[in-house]
Amino acid sequence: MSDVRIFKPRFNPAKPAFGLLVFLLYLFLLAPLLIVCVVSFASNQYLSFPPEGLTLKWYEMLPQESTFMEGMKVSLIVAVIVTLIVLALGVPAALALDRFDFKAKAAVQSFFLSPLLIPSIVLALGMVLLFGPLGLTNTYAGIIIGHVAITIPFVIRTTLMSLATTDTSCEAAARVLGADSWTVFRRVTLPIIQPGVIAGGVIAFIVSFDEAVISLFVAESGLPTLPVQVLRYVENSADAAVAALSVILILISLAVVVVVERVMGLRKALR
Amino acid sequence: MTLLQTPIAAEKRTDRDEGLLEKATERRNRRTYLALLLPGLLGLLVSFVFPLAYMIRMSFNKGAPDGVIVETFTLDTYIQPLTDPYYWRVTLDTFQMGVTVGILCVLVSYPVALFLARSTSKYRGLLIAIAIAPLLTSAVVRTYGWMVILGTNGLINSSLEGLGLIDTPLKLTNNMTGVTIGLVEIFMPYAILAMISGFGRLSPQLEEAAGSLGASKFKVFTRVTLPLSLPGLLTAFLLVFVLAISTFITPRLLGGGSVQVLATEIYDQTTGLLNWPFAAALSVILLVLFGLIIAVYQRLTKKIGG
Repeated sequence: MSDVRIFKPRFNPAKPAFGLLVFLLYLFLLAPLLIVCVVSFASNQYLSFPPEGLTLKWYEMLPQESTFMEGMKVSLIVAVIVTLIVLALGVPAALALDRFDFKAKAAVQSFFLSPLLIPSIVLALGMVLLFGPLGLTNTYAGIIIGHVAITIPFVIRTTLMSLATTDTSCEAAARVLGADSWTVFRRVTLPIIQPGVIAGGVIAFIVSFDEAVISLFVAESGLPTLPVQVLRYVENSADAAVAALSVILILISLAVVVVVERVMGLRKALR
Repeated sequence: MTLLQTPIAAEKRTDRDEGLLEKATERRNRRTYLALLLPGLLGLLVSFVFPLAYMIRMSFNKGAPDGVIVETFTLDTYIQPLTDPYYWRVTLDTFQMGVTVGILCVLVSYPVALFLARSTSKYRGLLIAIAIAPLLTSAVVRTYGWMVILGTNGLINSSLEGLGLIDTPLKLTNNMTGVTIGLVEIFMPYAILAMISGFGRLSPQLEEAAGSLGASKFKVFTRVTLPLSLPGLLTAFLLVFVLAISTFITPRLLGGGSVQVLATEIYDQTTGLLNWPFAAALSVILLVLFGLIIAVYQRLTKKIGG
């Protein structure tokens, strides 16, 4: 019915105005990312406008900036290990939550998602207080344990999402045909949950890689991650080297966004 | 082979066997799901429950100068933040910042969410992705972007000076104005995401129906669109509020030391003054504030029926 139009639609001036408003709001939303890209190519010695010319010198400076390189190394090591750990912890837990029935199921599921409800500054404080006496501050172990809490919910959620869209009949069929549990998992369940595992994995990677507050509390002095180094640099310097670095960080995020969008849809994965 | 034998075997089974078999599978199932859950539960215990519990316990200790901690069980640490006017100020500022950022963020996100919810364009998926993609970029980088835009030599001040509209640069950073602008933008993707999910009952058909029954554009909006999007708006506001009152990076960088909120105060007490019990007490206060807001929210959603 709705496509049958009895009245010819008149020109409505509200429509383009609304379109313009939405466009401007998108511009506002993307403004900080766009401006960082512009500044990273500007030849101005200190932060100012308008750009005096184009240059790649800030990008050429990056490899010589040892704090950035050191931070990049720490962040990459942490993010890779965190991703592997939370996949190993989160995927089986999501399987249990979807494929089995037990009493406290709803409670266990909310427990797995609850770290996202606690302010990261509060968690970070708890971590530095507990890890200090245990000798875990300023160590890889300390940062990694800290990041596990805030990345597990994403893996659980995306894996549950892919499990929810399929029923258990494929697995039952494989079992009836004589496959043992491991074969069923490897040949049937894993392909089913693959999108969720990939999406959860790359989200866990980028969340850990970009995380600043826990890293700042747990390892500011001894083992600064890249976001901590950027934070310090931004506070103390006014040149655009950090803009070039930021563009690289944005590109890494963009790669993650593309992967997540491809395998399961960004909106579904982050809901 | 097993497939062929199963029906015959089943026939021979008695009721008692059936019960035993069921129990055996149940036990095996139990073992399986416990084994699957255990690693994750242990991981969260170590990285989430223990730190939080230890932090709460720490808030009942007493801090002495030079980072000395007196092991005791007292509420003394809570007395200062709850009686000292300075900490009342900080808590109120934090609360006020949360409300302001929440309202502004909902206002700027609503048109985008409405547009995305209604859009039938083939680029809708891409436009949704662009709107929420900034969620996965570093908060430090986005805050830095705002420093470039709002700073003394930043985009806005340089443009206005270039146009001859101002003589002295506007003070847009190192104060609450800058922090607010930055936070509104940083939390927009969260708000948009919450709104799109919350607009479940909003449909263009309903609006069309109201329009064809003679309601003006304005009336359609105030009587149909807005009431139906209210649950989504409320969820978005609440989400942004709780995110805003606990955020640290943006107040620290855009506030430049002159914006004191609970989060920056917790950091200063922890790393600068080494007063851990005090920092812990402030964190507990922040958590209580969280709990209160969520309780109020649940009451409200029940009333609206969303």
